[in-house]
Amino acid sequence: MIAQQDRKLALSYISVAYIAFLIGTLMGLLQVFIRNDKLDLPAWLDYYQILTAHGVLLALIYTTFFIFAFFITGMSKSLGTFGPKVRLWSWVGFWVTLLGTVMATVLIVIGEASVLYTFYAPLKANGWYYVGLALVIIGTWIASFALIGHYRVWRKNNKGQLSPLFAFMTITTIIMWLIACLGVVATVLFQYIPWAFGWTDTINVELSRSLFWFFGHPLVYFWLLPAYIAWYVIVPKILNVPVFSDSLARLAFVLFILFSIPVGFHHQLTEPGITNFWKFLQVVLTFMVIIPSLMTAFTMFANFEISGRKKGATGLFGWFKKLPWKDIRFTSIFIAMAFFIPGGAGGIINASFQLNEVVHNTLWVVGHFHITVGTPVAMTFMGLTFWLIPYLTGRKFTKSMKVLAFVQIITWSIGMLLMSTAQHVLGLLGAPRRTAYSGYNGHPSAMEWFDGILSSHVTMAVGGSILFVSAMILIYIVVMSMFLSPKALKVEDQVEFPMAESDKSHTPKWLENWWIWIGIAFVLIIIAYAIPLSSMIMHAPPGSEGFKTW
Amino acid sequence: MSKKNEHDGLDLRGTLISVLAVGIIIIVMWVAVYMMYVAR
Amino acid sequence: MHFHKFEKIWLVFGIISLIVFLSVVGITAFSHDHHPAGGMDTIDPEKVNETAPFDNPGVTQLDEDTYQVAIVAMAFGYTAPELKVPAGKEIIFKVTSTDVVHSFTIDDTKVNMMVVPGQITTRSYIFDKPGKYLILCNEYCGTGHHYMFTEIEVY
Repeated sequence: MIAQQDRKLALSYISVAYIAFLIGTLMGLLQVFIRNDKLDLPAWLDYYQILTAHGVLLALIYTTFFIFAFFITGMSKSLGTFGPKVRLWSWVGFWVTLLGTVMATVLIVIGEASVLYTFYAPLKANGWYYVGLALVIIGTWIASFALIGHYRVWRKNNKGQLSPLFAFMTITTIIMWLIACLGVVATVLFQYIPWAFGWTDTINVELSRSLFWFFGHPLVYFWLLPAYIAWYVIVPKILNVPVFSDSLARLAFVLFILFSIPVGFHHQLTEPGITNFWKFLQVVLTFMVIIPSLMTAFTMFANFEISGRKKGATGLFGWFKKLPWKDIRFTSIFIAMAFFIPGGAGGIINASFQLNEVVHNTLWVVGHFHITVGTPVAMTFMGLTFWLIPYLTGRKFTKSMKVLAFVQIITWSIGMLLMSTAQHVLGLLGAPRRTAYSGYNGHPSAMEWFDGILSSHVTMAVGGSILFVSAMILIYIVVMSMFLSPKALKVEDQVEFPMAESDKSHTPKWLENWWIWIGIAFVLIIIAYAIPLSSMIMHAPPGSEGFKTW
Repeated sequence: MSKKNEHDGLDLRGTLISVLAVGIIIIVMWVAVYMMYVAR
Repeated sequence: MHFHKFEKIWLVFGIISLIVFLSVVGITAFSHDHHPAGGMDTIDPEKVNETAPFDNPGVTQLDEDTYQVAIVAMAFGYTAPELKVPAGKEIIFKVTSTDVVHSFTIDDTKVNMMVVPGQITTRSYIFDKPGKYLILCNEYCGTGHHYMFTEIEVY
């Protein structure tokens, strides 16, 4: 078990994650009922306020706090106990991120920031909302640098050695995150905050959108990579096999540093202000970032097959039956991976230049991120939560909790399958995203969309309700393993942190020369962004005043 | 070089078929939406 | 760094698929003009109503086979009198916003345009089938976002 003080740190992060999860999923439940016209909100509460809270609390806060809890635990386990400075700065990072979260949440609740989590200008929220978001980012930077500091101490004490795989992947994710945040920090600090507080009159809208998406796409990889860490390092241990290939795992991760950032324009394919050449160039770069995920798919199946064959499986698919299906730590993550197959395929479609016109800002996109971040990522985090909290609290993961964990995972899968299928189909038919209930005055096309069995509001609401039940079961499991489950006094009751052996003996040392990867990343960013961004600044139209349209 | 032999000795036929199935899913979905794009 | 033989097969298969996808969209986009909505023209968002073509929004026939449709988007509607265009002719949509970001999206067509204040979004489209098409905003623009729609008649 890791040091008491490191455990306390990780548990604090997890607690905030699940408070955000609780509120965020409740907001999700309310939405499906409003869209179904089954619920009228009180006058002080608005659909878009709920939608903003749902997005911010789940996509930004739950993920970020959980990710740091996972990183802190794994780094303490693989590199050793944190030193006093690392611990201090991790706490500072925690409090700053929490302060930012509370500020942003309060402003959403009082109706001063119904701008959704993309906060596109010139919708103008209260200036303190942007300050809150900035503090969230700065807090994660502080916590990130604390982890980098911990890693550097290890490197100094282990000269010439490759770091453990978990630490390597954590540092990769953090480097990508630090670079990605430059875009959002630039726009919030130099555009939104001065404008929202009235120090400047207008804002360059297209520039702010582009800087946001400079950050927005790597943001999704900031969610995905921790899940990939679990897939590469935790899952093999549960399967009782070594890491399939240490060098290819590291290669896949560094490719994410290179290609997850210079791709933001694929979120802006249907808008003006960027020429087709630059849009298409970033589409090509987006396709490059698919390659490490193709590598990951192979590695995952290889783990399964090797593990099954070790247990005596024969034939082409005999290994499938030998997988540890009764182990919820595995089954949860397996289902998470399965959801990522259509999720990833949908992502390729979204990024395919003009095909984006079919799906852009339709419910398809909502379906897409519920089967990417909402299930592959979130369900991997759930599968980690089951053992991570007992590991940190020294409590048992009891039989009844294991049963409940199965119920939770199955319900989440069914709920998400129903809801996201409905959303994908509706989106292809043309139903827009981010809308409260509307029949467009009974327009026949709008009526048609919701006529199908799969594509009805009812399917979405049933799916959403099942998801909420699932979320509440998870909260119960979290509370039990946090405070109430019996202490694991005997060694055999103690929950382990499953971390697979990785053979580094054939891994080239240059993979861990970060300056190479950071250097190439910046070259690619400059190629992809320098000219279009500078033309947005030089040929800028008169800027926009702010509007509060809610 | 020992690693090379170790890897090549593994029976991963099931893996190959599985990933190719993933590839087919990707292609089918992509082509379906492409057809929708062309039809609109 | 060593790839298993099957992993090489898989990556080659995968990468070729990606190249095919990119070639199909790239070639049709750049040689057949199938690229998504866009445009580099700018406009003063406060002077939209005085600036051509938005000073006279609606349908204008440019020549025998081409029509231009100028639309001003604002919270929560579109300024454009009676939209009626013929099927089988090229329709050039030009849209801008006087306030926040919107979209101009025609149901069941390829017209799905982001509308950004300060910029003019352009897309040309040929309707095949006559009928009444729903136009809606699919970018969140405020409390009335879901009431922002209109209709275009294709004859």
